[in-house]
Amino acid sequence: MMSLWVAIGGVLGTWARFALGNWVARKWMPLFPYGTWIINLTGAFFLGVLAGREAGGALSATWYALLGTGFCGAYTTFSTFCYEAFFLWWEGNRKKAVVYVATSLYLGLLAGGLGLWLGSGKI
Amino acid sequence: MLWWALAAGGILGSLARYGLSLLQPSTGWPWATFGINLSGAYVLALFLTLALERWSLPAAVRLGVGTGFVGSYTTFSTLVLETLHLVTGGHPWEALLYLHVSAAGGLLLAYAGHQTAMGWIHRRGQI
Repeated sequence: MMSLWVAIGGVLGTWARFALGNWVARKWMPLFPYGTWIINLTGAFFLGVLAGREAGGALSATWYALLGTGFCGAYTTFSTFCYEAFFLWWEGNRKKAVVYVATSLYLGLLAGGLGLWLGSGKI
Repeated sequence: MLWWALAAGGILGSLARYGLSLLQPSTGWPWATFGINLSGAYVLALFLTLALERWSLPAAVRLGVGTGFVGSYTTFSTLVLETLHLVTGGHPWEALLYLHVSAAGGLLLAYAGHQTAMGWIHRRGQI
């Protein structure tokens, strides 16, 4: 049964990633992968909130499967992140590649930590 | 059509990730996510390079496999959450190692996937 919730969340997460990624690409014609960058940071924050709620017993395993494993898992992506960073480097935009990787990792950690903290209801 | 291809890829990718995550012990090094993210980085670079340089695939196939399947198979949010759990579980050095080895490995494997695809294209002339 959990698989069904993961699958539904997975579809919604994939669609959200595609729609938001496309919208960002059209709006700003970016020379930097802002789409995936925003998606991964917001997804890390949201999963942190969910994990904090779940650990505190405020979110059921079913909702976590749908929103956490399914939605956030599919909404965020590691493979596209790596491909974009590699491609920036390969095309000679090395500084952008370094900035992209460093900000994704460390701001992602910060966003996830903030989400976890807010979700666990410590404030 | 495009949205259904994305949905199909998203379901398969998410279920594959979920299935593998069930094999992962709840503490210690997150081997499942680690393996998922590294293998996905290689496969996506391989696939996208072939799709861009050699194949002329319909958009639904390209997006269904690349954005749908591999995109939702790999995950960034879980990587971050597991890193944080290693920190809160009292393993800050493992956390640092996990985050950085994942990133460095993923970048190297994206390069390797690209090189594999270029090698196939140059050796065979066509795929």
